[in-house]
Amino acid sequence: MTINEKQDALIEDFDLFDDQLEKTQYIIDLGKKLSPIAEEYKTDDNLIKGCQSRVWLHTEMRGDRVYFEADSEPTAQISKGLVSLLIKILSGEKPEDVANADLYFIDKIGMSTIITSRRAGGLASMIVRMKDFAQKQLIA
Amino acid sequence: MLDIQKIRQDFPILNEVVHGKSLVYFDNAATTQKPLPVLEALANYYGHYNANIHRGIHFLAEKATSAFEASRHKIQTFLNASRVEEIIFTYGTTDGINLVAQSYGRTFLKEGDEIIISTLEHHSNIVPWQMLCEEKGCVLRVIPINDAGELLMDEFEKMLSERTKLVSVVHVSNALGTINPVAEIIKKAHEVGAKVLIDGAQATSHIDIDVQALDCDFYVFSLHKLYGPTGMGVLYGKTDILNAMPPYRGGGEMIKEVTFEKTTYNDLPYKFEAGTPNIADVVATKMAVEYVEALGKQAIADYEHELLVYGTDALQSIEGLRIVGTAKEKVSVLSFVMEGIHPQDIGVILDQQGIAVRTGHHCTQPLMKRLGIVGTSRASFAVYNTKEEIDKLVVGLERVKKMLS
Ligand SMILES: Cc1ncc(COP(=O)(O)O)c(C=O)c1O
Repeated sequence: MTINEKQDALIEDFDLFDDQLEKTQYIIDLGKKLSPIAEEYKTDDNLIKGCQSRVWLHTEMRGDRVYFEADSEPTAQISKGLVSLLIKILSGEKPEDVANADLYFIDKIGMSTIITSRRAGGLASMIVRMKDFAQKQLIA
Repeated sequence: MLDIQKIRQDFPILNEVVHGKSLVYFDNAATTQKPLPVLEALANYYGHYNANIHRGIHFLAEKATSAFEASRHKIQTFLNASRVEEIIFTYGTTDGINLVAQSYGRTFLKEGDEIIISTLEHHSNIVPWQMLCEEKGCVLRVIPINDAGELLMDEFEKMLSERTKLVSVVHVSNALGTINPVAEIIKKAHEVGAKVLIDGAQATSHIDIDVQALDCDFYVFSLHKLYGPTGMGVLYGKTDILNAMPPYRGGGEMIKEVTFEKTTYNDLPYKFEAGTPNIADVVATKMAVEYVEALGKQAIADYEHELLVYGTDALQSIEGLRIVGTAKEKVSVLSFVMEGIHPQDIGVILDQQGIAVRTGHHCTQPLMKRLGIVGTSRASFAVYNTKEEIDKLVVGLERVKKMLS
């Protein structure tokens, strides 16, 4: 599946719920299933400082694909769910596709305020870091 | 007794529907909503007499100037200042503090002088002083607090000495709601010859302010937290002190005569009001203050206290919730944390139920550090809020718990 196919499938999943609270509940539940990042990757370098919740991101190139692992602090459950969605959509893709990805699903599932609000900087910065990493692979 | 339902009709925004739910607005410490007379004053100004002030000789300019100056008189009586020239218009609390730091601070403070603030301060009453300290080599000292969020007055007294040149403290804490004993602080600071600035951003909508009785040297606040417009604030200062201070910004309006050799400055208050001011918002300020005066400060305070007591009981009934800030003297601010739940998640899930609260550090990072938390969720009540809305908050928080368990 391409990045956009994955996004479209996800949007379809979310369309099953008509209430925003149910969508949020689904995100929280997805977060609970996110496999935790390896302790060795919880370094200061990998820490993305958002104003409200902390997120760790590990990036790696394997073959011609970029891979991501990420986690947020345990109590920030909505962040954790969104982190798991971003990983699902971007990890294992080609660098050029990640660098150029238009993440329209965020708005479609009603989560743009959380990701884009300045105070919740963590997730927005995580997306920037994922894309930067992919971009660097293109130049290299 | 206030008729709250009637008051609510004066605030059209309270009828908004967000995420399909009727709005419950509990973010009043960030900014209050505006009543119809304020909205109408803004439209009326732009629709009927917009003109630049103090300059034109034509009809509109005359009318705009007198409306602008009428607001200054209104603020003078609101604060019980002895003279109208002591009322300087600014863009807000932050702007007023920066004015004092840059003009008074840079002129009268020198290396080794001490400035005292408190642990409760908003960043805007910390950073301008740090900048000044860096430039002039002054020393910043900080009054500690107890776990309830009250200033340790003994420690404050120990800090005072002939080196203390300025004390700048918040009247009411935005994060916790604590009302500080400012009259006592001012008295003690004056005993060692220090000047005192009071950050009244959170106080003016809840507490009666009398700058002469307080005897503070400076008092600053923002109108947008007092049912008035954004981008409009007030610096009150004692005449002698303001007269001794150099202008802070140069430009039009603040001068008497300009030649390339030498410029003479205008008198108070214009010396500190360079450039075309925020005329419309200044004009509408009068209506905000009149609105509050018509309801009556005491009646507002009594009703808000009722909400505070009701809200405190209601929130304490929620298991795993802890109220942060339990000072004996408090305004209607309820900051809280919930066990195992991130404040951001609380804010998001409440928002989806139509309830607006603030989450995070509330621009008081050093205070959060002292309390050993990253942030809180904060519900802050205004005169148009109701007990039914607090009930909705409780239901909303139970939902938060259920979703995150
Ligand atoms: C205690 C306190 N001081 C200062 C400020 C800054 O006010 P303004 O942003 O209107 O300049 C605020 C506003 O959040 C406040 O609550």
